[in-house]
Amino acid sequence: MLEKAFKGSLLYKGWMVFLLLLMGVGVLCYSQQYQYGLGYTGMSRDVSWGLYISQFTFLVGVAAGGLMLVLPYYIHDYKAFGRITILGEFMAIGAVTMCLMFILADLGQPIRALNVMLHPTPHSMLFWDMIVLNVYLILNVLCGWVVLHSHYKGVKYPKWIKPFIYLSIPWAISIHTVTAFLYCGLPGRHFWLTAILAPRFLASAFAAGPALLMIIAMILKRTTKFDIGRTAQDKLVTIIGYAALLNFFFVGCELFVAYYSNLPGHMHTLDYLFFGLEHDGHVYDNLVPFMRFSMAAGLVGIPLLFASRAKKSDGMLVLACALLFVSLWIDKGMGLVLGGFVPNMMNQVTEYYPSLGEICITVGVWSTGFFVMSLLYKIAITVTLEQEA
Amino acid sequence: MDSNRRKFLKMAGLGAIAGVAAPSAFSTLLKGEAQASSGHGHAAAATHGGHGSAATSGKQYGLVIDVKKFADNPGLGEKCIKACHSLHNVPDYGNKKDEIKWIWLEKYENAFPEHSHYKRNAELHKLPIVTMCNHCEKPPCVRACPTKATFKNSDGIVMMDFHRCIGCRFCMAACPYGARSFNWRDPRGKSEIGKPFIKRINPDFPTRTRGVVEKCNFCAERLARGKKPACVEAAGSAMIFGDLNEPGSKINKVLSKKFTIQRKPATGTNPSLFYIL
Repeated sequence: MLEKAFKGSLLYKGWMVFLLLLMGVGVLCYSQQYQYGLGYTGMSRDVSWGLYISQFTFLVGVAAGGLMLVLPYYIHDYKAFGRITILGEFMAIGAVTMCLMFILADLGQPIRALNVMLHPTPHSMLFWDMIVLNVYLILNVLCGWVVLHSHYKGVKYPKWIKPFIYLSIPWAISIHTVTAFLYCGLPGRHFWLTAILAPRFLASAFAAGPALLMIIAMILKRTTKFDIGRTAQDKLVTIIGYAALLNFFFVGCELFVAYYSNLPGHMHTLDYLFFGLEHDGHVYDNLVPFMRFSMAAGLVGIPLLFASRAKKSDGMLVLACALLFVSLWIDKGMGLVLGGFVPNMMNQVTEYYPSLGEICITVGVWSTGFFVMSLLYKIAITVTLEQEA
Repeated sequence: MDSNRRKFLKMAGLGAIAGVAAPSAFSTLLKGEAQASSGHGHAAAATHGGHGSAATSGKQYGLVIDVKKFADNPGLGEKCIKACHSLHNVPDYGNKKDEIKWIWLEKYENAFPEHSHYKRNAELHKLPIVTMCNHCEKPPCVRACPTKATFKNSDGIVMMDFHRCIGCRFCMAACPYGARSFNWRDPRGKSEIGKPFIKRINPDFPTRTRGVVEKCNFCAERLARGKKPACVEAAGSAMIFGDLNEPGSKINKVLSKKFTIQRKPATGTNPSLFYIL
C-alpha cells in the first residue's frame, strides 16, 4: 500500500519536493539553534514561550478537530462522511507530528526529553500532555491504517479495531483539554486563568480542524477525481460554522468578564492584544493589527461560510474557510500564548518578535506535517479511487 | 446463581481496588499540597503550619527584608546582588534578552502591583525592593515541572537539579514572582569582544549549561556548612534569616512584632519572604 505514495503526477512530486526544500531549511536553522541555544529565537526572560509553543497549542486543536469528521460516521452512522473520516484521521496524524516536533524544538535540553518518562510526575500537566498526545498519535495511526488497509483489500474493517476507534473520540477531547490545563492552572497569569479556556480551545479546534480539511478537500476536488460529495460538504459547513460561532461567543464572554469587572489583571492582556498597553510612557501594541484582523476575518468568515452553501459556490467556501482558519490561527497560534506573558509578573512589558531562524524552523515543522499528510492522503485517495474504478 | 455470585465478587473486587487506589492517586496528583495548612498568612504565630509531605525535617527557611534599611544605605542592595551573583557564577550578558538574575532590585509598584498607596506613591516609588525566589510553601513551579527537576527540599527550600532540567520553561510560566531565569545561551562562553560572561568563576559552585532554568537556592550549599545565605551576610541587619517553624527563632520574634507584607498573597503560594516597609 505504501508504494502508492511514490507514484504520482508532476504536480504531486513538485509539491513534495517543495516541502522537502522547506524542511531542509528548517533542519539547517535547527542545527544552528542546537549549537547556540534557545537564545537563537526571539524569546526572553519575560516572554519565555514563543512561536513554537503557540504553534503547538494551535495544532493540538487541529488534531482534535479530526474528531468532528470521525464522530458522525462511527457513532451516528452518518454515511455521507464515509469518505472524509480517513482524511480526518490522517490530518490528526500530521498535526500531532507537528505538535511533538514543536515541543522538541522548544526544549532547552532536547536530549533529556525522555526524563519526562524516566521521572513520571503526575502533578505536572506537561506529563499528562505527553501521554495523551502520544497515545492519540498511536490511535490515529492504528485506526487510519487498519481501516484503509481493509478498504484496499476490499473488505470491511475488522471488528477488533472498533474499540480503538471509539476510544479515539473522547481521546481527541482529552488532548485539547489537557493542553488548556497547561495554561489555565497557573495562579499568576490572569489572562490564562479562566475555566472556559478548555471549552474555548475545543470550540476553536472544531472550527479550525474541519476548515483546514475543507480547504484540502476542495484542492483535491480540483486536482484529482476525489470528491467528498455535496452532502458531506454541506454538513461540514454546519459544523465549522457553529463551532466558530461558539468560539467567538466564548471570546465575548472573556471580554465581558474582564471589562465589566474592571479588574486590572484581567484587562491588561486584552488591552495589549486589542488596543495597545501603555507602560512607562510607551504604548506596546505589536499584536494589535493581527488580533483585529483575526476578529474581522472571523466575523466576515462565518456569514460568508453559510452564504457559500446557499450559493453552492466552492470558491466562496474556500475563501470563508481560509479566513476562519487564519482568524483562529492568529487568535490561538499568536495571541493566546504570547499575550499571556504581557504584562510580566512585575507589571512590566517586554514585547516578543520571533527571529528569522525561529520562523524558518517553524515553517520547517509545518512543512514536515504537510509532507506527512500529503503522503498519507496520496495513499488514501489512490486506494479509494482504485476501489471505485 | 453462580454467574450472579461471580459478578458480585468481581464488582466487590473492583470496588475495593478503586477505594484503595483513588485516594492515593489523588494525593499523588496534588503532591506537595495535600495537607491542610494554616499557612504563612499567619506566620507571626510561633508554629508555621503544615508544609505538605515534602517538609520532613519540619524546617521552613524564611527571610525578613527591612526595606527602610536598604533605602537608608544606598548601595546595600547592589552589594547583596554582587555577593550572590559572584558566588553562584551568575553570568552577565549585558542585555535584557539573555538576562539571568537570582536576586535583584525592583520598584515598589512592580514588586507589589496589588498594593497601591494613595498619595504616598512618589515616596514609595524610590524604595529599593530586594526580590528573589520566594521559596513558597506551595510553589506553583514545583507543581508544573514535568521531571521533578525543581522540587521542595526538606528544609522548605525550592531547589533546582540542573542535570535533570529539560528546559521546557513551564516553571517560568508558573512562577508568579518572575524569579526564574533561563540559560538562553552558553553561560561559560565569551562575548564578541572576548569578555567572559562569568567574570571570575567560583570553583566551589557549579556553572550551568545552556538550556536549563536557574534561580536563587537560598544558599543551600552555605547553609549545609552552617553559614548564612550570602545576601543575608552582606546585608547585615537589613535582612533576618531563619527557620519559620522554630518557635523561638529571631525571625519569628521579628515577624510577631513588626508589620510585614508578602508579595502577591492572593496567589495562595504562601511566600517565605517578608517585607518591612
